[in-house]
Amino acid sequence: MMQIIDGNEAVALAAKLARVKVISAYPITPQTTVVEKLAEYISNGELDAEFIKVESEHSAMSACIGAAATGVRAFTATSSQGLLLMSEMLYVASGLRLPIVMTNANRSVSAPLSIWCDQQDSMTVRDSGWIQLYCENNQEILDTTIQAFRIAEELLLPVMVCYDGYILSHTLEPVDCPEQSEVDAFLPEYHYPYALDPEKPVTMGPVGVPEYYMEFRYLLQKAVQESKAKIVEIDHEFKKRFGRGYGILEEYRSDDAEVVILTMGSLSSSCKEIVDSLRQRGEKVGLVKLKSFRPFPTEEIIEALGRAKAVAVVEKDISLGHAGGLFIDTAAAFANTREAPLMINFICGLAGRDVTSALLEQAVRETQRAAETGRVEKKIRWLGLQEKLVEE
Amino acid sequence: MKEISDVELIASGHRACAGCACVLSLRHALKALGKNIIISQATGCMEVTTTPYPETAWRVPWIHVAFENAAAVASGVSRALKVLGKTHIKSVAIAGDGGTADIGLQALSGAVERWEDLLYICYDNEAYMNTGIQRSGATPFGAWTTTTPVGKARRGEDRPKKDIPAIMIAHGAPYVATASVAYPLDFVKKVKKAAAIRGPTYVHVHAPCVPGWRIDSSKSIEVARLAVLTGAWILYEHEGGKTTVTFKPAKRRPVAEYLKLQGRFRHLTEEEINEIQRMVDEQCRRLGID
Repeated sequence: MMQIIDGNEAVALAAKLARVKVISAYPITPQTTVVEKLAEYISNGELDAEFIKVESEHSAMSACIGAAATGVRAFTATSSQGLLLMSEMLYVASGLRLPIVMTNANRSVSAPLSIWCDQQDSMTVRDSGWIQLYCENNQEILDTTIQAFRIAEELLLPVMVCYDGYILSHTLEPVDCPEQSEVDAFLPEYHYPYALDPEKPVTMGPVGVPEYYMEFRYLLQKAVQESKAKIVEIDHEFKKRFGRGYGILEEYRSDDAEVVILTMGSLSSSCKEIVDSLRQRGEKVGLVKLKSFRPFPTEEIIEALGRAKAVAVVEKDISLGHAGGLFIDTAAAFANTREAPLMINFICGLAGRDVTSALLEQAVRETQRAAETGRVEKKIRWLGLQEKLVEE
Repeated sequence: MKEISDVELIASGHRACAGCACVLSLRHALKALGKNIIISQATGCMEVTTTPYPETAWRVPWIHVAFENAAAVASGVSRALKVLGKTHIKSVAIAGDGGTADIGLQALSGAVERWEDLLYICYDNEAYMNTGIQRSGATPFGAWTTTTPVGKARRGEDRPKKDIPAIMIAHGAPYVATASVAYPLDFVKKVKKAAAIRGPTYVHVHAPCVPGWRIDSSKSIEVARLAVLTGAWILYEHEGGKTTVTFKPAKRRPVAEYLKLQGRFRHLTEEEINEIQRMVDEQCRRLGID
């Protein structure tokens, strides 16, 4: 059924359709209306779940860990400072192989304090062993969140669904909402094979002595890397059932493109418009929208970008002292390949700064120049920076 | 000793020190609780010494997540048990004094305020012993630790012990008790009582640390007993808005007898001991011990 809902409601609805049993969450802008909506479902009797109204995000994830380990489907939602506060727990959730699903309404990180959108928060916790899936629109948020439970539970890995705060969380869009019976047919009941149970006592979270610790980490790395195949497989099944699929990345008019934009999240929509308008003028420009940032699909990235002369990596985060996270990983993907495209990293849209069509076109123009001349003047460019304010 | 089960739910062979009163207190707690529990344990001595992978001393389901969140993890366990309809299983959080009084206080406060159905046991050895004897909020006045060293300018811990049971009482928890490893029957009774109540209950057990208190490994129970006999540690329970002392020493002994057995108080002058005696007397007056 078509409904006009915002991104946060898409999340709440997906969690309800997934029949989550324990919700443990703390309010934070711009995630807040997710937990409000879930509380409303519970109060109305539409959702039969325990909602632990914890005193912090650290406890939110801690309680999800306890609940998932005891054998029920656990869910939380957060943003920004909240994600960073629980970052210690993210590593524990993945290390214990607990299939927890969390949505993150992407927001910038303090200081200065900002409630507006960029992707610094989830980028900062990319090493935590969570699968990270980024969404372009509200339909994708709903679909990805439902898929996330299947992915998490089949692989025993936690999954983080990321979507841009305000830009999607608070923007109304038409979303095709599946029926409960359809979701039930897609998503089996939660089953955790090592659940805490007095009839079959297990010890979880022991001390990893040096003789064993590395092997635990190796196996976790293997599990996250190999999750790619399962993500694709579940997406295919989802597409068969619901008519919508997203893949691990999306190639948009990039087949014969000389210049390709690479980005994640809602910026993809703006980039598609730029690609369309430049294509109308006969320019060979395309887009690659990366959905799965973790696992990072190295082979698919090489395949999708390797044919281009130059790539504009457009992203809303920065690994301070180096470059944007997406750029770093994309550059690393091309290590040991014979012919890598030229790459320019465009840092933009931090803390909700508008990323206008003019700015995106500027990025394409600079990248085209690199493609033509065969050289990059400046590897890292800040798009839309007010130069006057940062002059010495 | 009918009141104490002979079933051992913590296996021998763990790595706790000889004479460790903390692991003994947990052994007694588990005898009181039986096997229908799920333990959420904070980081600390008892976690580290009982679970060096691939070994475990626990014969009950047990999870360790981190230092500061035993009460939050136990909340998740408790709600999951409710969802599953397994109401015969009790969610039990265990943490040391650092994991309770300091880094874990927020999570504990939240769990009690939300009225989670769980039992929280704090084993109190009065410092961060796992990291090598650093002071915690529960370290008593005058004690030497590695972060309250005794020198010309400073003479050990300069603040009295943080009163966590009182903080739990202030939360309105339905049952709060103090206990001592030297009084196992009293402790076991309190743990059983606490576990039978639906809601957040709290038992705080005083348990000496052999290396941390600088005592002989054969003296841990004797020292724990002297804490009670001198009034330095008082056994009580609080329920229904009323505090009841569960053991009154017939004639309270001078606190010096408790202090002199411990190397951590070796530096104290007569004047400092008198100051501690005054603090103990005040505490005993407040709880009606004398």
